[in-house]
Amino acid sequence: MSLLEIRNLDVRHGLLQAVRGVDLSVEKGETIALVGANGAGKTTLLRAIAGAHLPAGGNVRFGGTDITLVPSHSRVGLGIALVPEGRRLFSQMTVEENLILARSAGRKGPWTLDRVFEAFPNLVPRRKAKAGNLSGGEQQATAIGRALMTNPEILLLDEVSLGLSPLAVDRVYASLDTLIHGGTTIVLVEQDLRRAMRVADRIVCMLEGKIVLEGKRGEITREQVSEAYFGLGIAKGRLSA
Amino acid sequence: MSQDPTVRVERWTLQSRISILAAAIILAILATGPFFFGNNAIDKLTTLFIYVILAVTWNALAGYGGLVSVGQQAFFGLGAYAAVRLADAGLNVYVSLVLAAVIIAAVSLPISSFMLRLRGGEFAIGMWVVAELCHLLVNLDSLVQGETGTSLIALNAYDADTRHALNYWVALGSMTAILVILFVLLRSRIGSAIQAIRDNEEAAASLGVRVMGTKRIIYVFAAFGAALAGALWLSTAITFQPKTYFGVQWTAYMIFMVLVGGLGTFEGAILGALIFFLIETWFGGSGVWYLIGLGATALVFSLFVPRGIWGWLERRFGLGLLPLGYRILGVPSATRMQTPDDGGIGAAPSVGTP
Repeated sequence: MSLLEIRNLDVRHGLLQAVRGVDLSVEKGETIALVGANGAGKTTLLRAIAGAHLPAGGNVRFGGTDITLVPSHSRVGLGIALVPEGRRLFSQMTVEENLILARSAGRKGPWTLDRVFEAFPNLVPRRKAKAGNLSGGEQQATAIGRALMTNPEILLLDEVSLGLSPLAVDRVYASLDTLIHGGTTIVLVEQDLRRAMRVADRIVCMLEGKIVLEGKRGEITREQVSEAYFGLGIAKGRLSA
Repeated sequence: MSQDPTVRVERWTLQSRISILAAAIILAILATGPFFFGNNAIDKLTTLFIYVILAVTWNALAGYGGLVSVGQQAFFGLGAYAAVRLADAGLNVYVSLVLAAVIIAAVSLPISSFMLRLRGGEFAIGMWVVAELCHLLVNLDSLVQGETGTSLIALNAYDADTRHALNYWVALGSMTAILVILFVLLRSRIGSAIQAIRDNEEAAASLGVRVMGTKRIIYVFAAFGAALAGALWLSTAITFQPKTYFGVQWTAYMIFMVLVGGLGTFEGAILGALIFFLIETWFGGSGVWYLIGLGATALVFSLFVPRGIWGWLERRFGLGLLPLGYRILGVPSATRMQTPDDGGIGAAPSVGTP
């Protein structure tokens, strides 16, 4: 049984249907990268998994139970942690305080303050610094650390590299590697195809709300993903949407 | 949060115990007011209690919830209107006042479901639109006779002295109830949740805070307070003219009291109401210059003392009269969970006032 199973999911923003009939399963320990152009529905799909956006149709099963209509605040307690786009920290609180706050989710597990600082060593000297005064990369690390502090079964990462310098992105990904090899289940949205293909076990490419290409790393080529990304395959009639 | 054995979390301090006791004594003394004061003094104090209700509930909404509304006069006016209607239907006049506030709180629930989808400035202006709409709708009622208005005739049942005393007691009781409810609310999980939402809605949501439900609680509470204040005001003014009750000046007063007293501090709103009351008593007769003075003072405070008089005192002297927040004691750091900062609305500290 998969950890997360999405069946025929429809998500709407009013009249706009952002996710159309998506099926996706995530196995425990797997890292999945959602790629696709702007407006393809990646973030909406992620937010639907986190419960921030309730779907119009279809269902989401997590660990065997149907959570389609479970509100987002209860999903954190079930073990679904979303790192929202744009980091979203409590800027007046310190790094440590931001991390400690996540304990309020009330989930016991292996993640403690010390382990987070182990995974993100660049945060150690910034422990007492206000989150608002950190660099973008440090803020991203804090946001991921805060999500880990809820001891999630699955970690949802939205656009981790957005607005960061290439160097900062390298650092964030270096620490993500630790998590990926440590067996954390991750679904990440990434614009940068090269990075996505390097870290993920499986690539899921979305276009106009649908999954148009899905494959294990090494089984699909960058060219195939690029074609799906821009919908070129459809024009040539090679991909069935 | 007390998993770490080296950290001790404290809520009640000696200072806060004394403050609560002092507040209880002051309220008890005030309760005997009508036996000693003349009608004029009683009326003045009644006005002060209403101001405290207005300031404290607006502060709950804007200072703690980050929901800045310039349309609270909607509920102020509706509260008075509902009281007129209930009294006209034959209900006891003082029961009408309280019941009116309860009804308007219920009315605010469906309003909240679409208003709370708005954020920041849109919410503020949206609330003003709601207030104007309520004003127009109330004008349609033939009992109100448009802008001519009507009076709370049922108050005739009481002679003047009894009426003044009853107004005073009902206002004092209402104020005490509002203060106690808010105190309990802010000390609870909801208090921490609403401040987390104020500081960063998405971050709060990603930690498992129920965003919409929490905002709704604080919104309905603020509506209840404004409606109660409106109904109480009606009992002292007797006449109900829609224009005076649905005027934006009510919200302007609330903003003034909270900004000067201390946005996002429990004690500050009360202090602000007291200051506003004194300014009005001393300078209220000087017409336009009084209003200009109010505006200028609010401006100066928002620019230079953004956390108001209480916020400044709290920071300067480490005051904390009411035990709303948490103090973290001992290792690893002796610092408190949050540090007051001079950000404006929305940049205030999280977790609670110390």
